[in-house]
Formats: sequence, C-alpha cells, structure tokens
Amino acid sequence: MQNCRSTGEVTESMANPDDRKYTKQHEWCKVEGNTVTVGVTDYAQKALTDIVFVELPKLGTKVEREKPMCVLESVKNVSDIFAPVSGEVVEVNTELLSTPELVNKEPFGRGWIAKIKLADEKELHALMDSKQYDAFVEEEERK
Amino acid sequence: MNLSEPLVIRHFTGLSRLNFGVDNGFYPLGSCTMKYNPKVCEEMARLEGFSLLHPLQPLQSVQGALRLMYELEKMLCEICGFARFSLQPAAGAHGELTGMMIVQAYFKKKGESRTKVLVPDLAHGTNPASVSMCGFEAVEVKSDSSGNTDLEDLRAKMDENVAGIMITNPNTLGLFDQNIADVCRIVHEKGGLVYGDGANMNALLGICKPKDLGIDVMHLNLHKTFSTPHGGGGPGSGPVGVVEKLVQFLPLPLVEKNGDKYAFEFGGENSIGKMRSFYGNFGVMVKAFTYLRAIGSDGLKQVAENAVLNANYLLSRLRKHYHLPFDRVCMHEFVLSDKGFPNNVTTNDIAKRLLDYGFHPPMVYFPLIVKGAIMIEPTETESKETLDRFADAMVKIKEEAAENPELVKTSPHSMPVRRLDAVKAARQPDLRWKE
Repeated sequence: MQNCRSTGEVTESMANPDDRKYTKQHEWCKVEGNTVTVGVTDYAQKALTDIVFVELPKLGTKVEREKPMCVLESVKNVSDIFAPVSGEVVEVNTELLSTPELVNKEPFGRGWIAKIKLADEKELHALMDSKQYDAFVEEEERK
Repeated sequence: MNLSEPLVIRHFTGLSRLNFGVDNGFYPLGSCTMKYNPKVCEEMARLEGFSLLHPLQPLQSVQGALRLMYELEKMLCEICGFARFSLQPAAGAHGELTGMMIVQAYFKKKGESRTKVLVPDLAHGTNPASVSMCGFEAVEVKSDSSGNTDLEDLRAKMDENVAGIMITNPNTLGLFDQNIADVCRIVHEKGGLVYGDGANMNALLGICKPKDLGIDVMHLNLHKTFSTPHGGGGPGSGPVGVVEKLVQFLPLPLVEKNGDKYAFEFGGENSIGKMRSFYGNFGVMVKAFTYLRAIGSDGLKQVAENAVLNANYLLSRLRKHYHLPFDRVCMHEFVLSDKGFPNNVTTNDIAKRLLDYGFHPPMVYFPLIVKGAIMIEPTETESKETLDRFADAMVKIKEEAAENPELVKTSPHSMPVRRLDAVKAARQPDLRWKE
C-alpha cells in the first residue's frame, strides 16, 4: 500500500495472523498450493480510513511483484495496492464492489482482494512472517 | 405551482449566504493560494470588447485580444525566464499533461524510448497521474529528514531510462528545496528533463526564475498565482512555459507579432498539437493580465515577500502550540500536525471546529508523508489582524481539546449542517434531485 500512515486515532488492533506472509507496503498474502490470496493488513485499513471504492485487478492480468495491481479509495486518499508476488490474477473478490467496507471490517478475512497464481515460489522468501511484520509496524508507529 | 418573486429571491439569497469564499472570510487552504481576487480584474474581463468576441472572428477585428495574449505571454516569460509559453491549457493538471506530452515529444524526436518519470513523495497527486496519462511509469523519490529531495535516492533512481522528474519548489511542506540545483544537475547529466510544477509559484515571484533553478518546462496556475477566482468558481488557466530547445513542441497556435500586427502562428511540425478548443480560457487571461499590469514588477516581488512573511508570522504564533514536523523557516505555507494533541483530538476535528470560528479550514492530511498534516497558506492579501484572529482560534481549539474534548469532536456546532457522513456520501452518493 502506498503512502501508508496511521491517523493516530486509537482503536483496538487486530493481531496479524501467523498463517501468512507480509510486505513492507502492508499487504498480506496467504499461500495455498500455488495460489496466493492477497489483502491489506489491519494497520493498512486503519491508515487508509473508511474504504469507499475498490478498483479490482482484471482477471487474467499478469501482475509483477511490488508493482501496483489495484486501487483502494478512502474518503481521505486514493492508494495503490502493490502485488506482493508476481503471477496471474485468477480470482477477484467481487463482493468488495458493493461492500468495500469489508476491507475495514475483516481485512484478514472477507476483505481479501485477489488470488494470484504464483509465478515464482522463491519470491515468497523475501516476505516477512507475522512476527517480523509486528516488529516492522511497531517501528513505523514510532516514526 | 406559482411562486412569488420575493419568495424566489429569498430562497436564492438564503442559499447564497450559506456559501463561503475569500470575499467573506479567511481561507487558508494550503496548496491552493486562496488570495483575494481584485474586482478590477472582473471588470476588465467583462468589457464588451473582450467578453463579446467570437473565436472565429477575422483576425483584424481582434487585434486587441491578440495583443493581450502576446503581452501576457511575454510577461510570463519574463517572470519565469522561459523562451515561450503556451496559453492553451485550461487548468493546472491540464498544464501538467501538456508539459509531459512535450517531454514525450522531445524524446521521441531524439529517438529515445524512456519509460519512467521520477516524482517526489511530496508531490501533488496530479503529478503521478499526469505521468501515467502519458504512458510513463511514475517512480517515487524520497524526501530527506530536512524536507529536501533525498539526493542519494535520486541518484539511485535516475538513469537513461528515466525521462525526467516532476518537482514542486517550494515543495508541499512549504519549504524551499535546498537541493534543487543538484536535483536538476543529476537529472540533466543523465539526459533527463526537469518539469516544474508551478503550484507554489506565489512564493518565488520576482525573487527567482524557475529557469535559473534548472527547470526546463513548467506550468503556472493563472487562477492561483495571478489571482483569478477558482475552487468551484473557476475556470482555471494553466499556461506552460519552456526553455528554447522545447519551443518547437509547444501546442499551437502561438500569437506572433509582425510589425504592428498580431496573428496566430500555426506552423511547426514538431508541435504536440492542440490541447484545447480555440485558444484557452481567454477571460482568465484578461484577469491575470490586468492583475500583472496593476501591480507591476515591484508589486509582484512584494506579493512573494508578503506571502512568505505572513506564513512565517502565523508559524511563529502557532509553533509553541502545534507539532511542527519540519522545523525550518517556511516559504508561503507550512505544515503542522495533530501529534501530541490532547484526548486524541484529530486534525479532522480541528478543521471542523475552525468552521465554528468562521474560518475555512486549512488543507488537511496532505502532504501524505506527515501524519495528520495541517497545511496552512495565508497568502499575501491577509492583514495581521486576520492572522491573529486565526492564530487565537487555533490556540483556543487546543485548550478546548484539553478541557472539553467532546466540544471539538462533535463540531461544527454553528453551521447549517453538523458533521457530514463523508463515508456514506462516497459509498452511496445521492446526486440527483428527487421530488
């Protein structure tokens, strides 16, 4: 996620699940076989504030690691979401078109954005696990 | 249904009173240069010799209008140091697009295919948008801890695949980028061009010329810097100026003077073509021309000096009370934040509470690199009394946040409507009149 900054409003944080990997741009990805489900983290949705529109990637698009793959729009901001891994978009969460608030309510669950067919498994090694991501967020908040 | 005249008049007069503009109050909306627009400019634009012209009239019958365009262009060239300006673009973002198309045409003619353009993390959102519209990839360049362009990051990203950089100086923190000469040198050394976003030109008028800083192509916002109404009240005008080697790519026609006659020049095979129907927003040109002729070159310098003085005065009054993320002498605007504000009162709450004190709020949550940013641009047309009243209100809001936070969090209290549900408005927009 681009330009991610928390608003400083204090709300309870969700734990970052340990069954998935994380990026420095605050995306998560969950690996199942050679498919990766992608979403944004709780920290990201808070920083973005209320999501009002999701521009989903097109099915079949080839996305590249760390390149913009879709757009989240909040009242405050429009942000690119970056692909955590390279590959082909094989499924998108069309539920978000009518209920974008799912990204805010269930960022790690029903607020998922897209599924990518992994092009290169090795790219996963570059991502953080939940403990590393916890530490990364803590560092970001101190800034 | 029959409505009486007084009923209709009262209805519309009532609506007009709900409006807020620079004519009825202080409007320190950072990045927007909401200065007072002198009424003489409106009067000139309404002169029948200007307002009743048809764009297809024979040239010999519109010599005065052509002369005005010609002389306005010359004045803009003098202010910026550029060789020529196109007056066609209809607003700032349109000027950016025009400028990037010129950059594209320049490399096309050289036979180079450069795919990227650098954009600082402080840039206005329109910059990366213009870059994308031209088919380039926008690559972000970081700012350093003092609010200048990070030269190390720039060096790492600038190569022969990069067409150039889009830079705003003073930047959106209201700070003069002290690295500007190095930025331009690094970009030029790799064959790139420097695009200057003229959004903050108010701070530089008559003090320094963008061309001397190393900028190759730049747009100005006549509606901001040269004082024509804007912000819902438009229209705008975003002329684009270029250095000599880029003149051949400017949109056409340009106005040329032959002896004592003025004419449109349509030649030039390298031009990017027309950017707007006819010749641009002519009424705005008349207002900007009037403004420039009325204040003259000394006046123009005073505009910049007083814009910077006013901003620094306000900053000096508020710095004890608000967090200042980049602690430097500012230019025409400055950026505070809500960091450390009592009882979790946020920038949004502060902005809403300012409405109760009769002020238009500053720009909020921009630039993005400052958490909870509050961006204040007082402009040169405000008096010390107004600045003091605004500073008093800002200080008072901080006291309220400590003593009675609910008052601030539930504001505004004195407006026709209370706090609007911005989220619902965006998710379920209701844009049509329904009986």
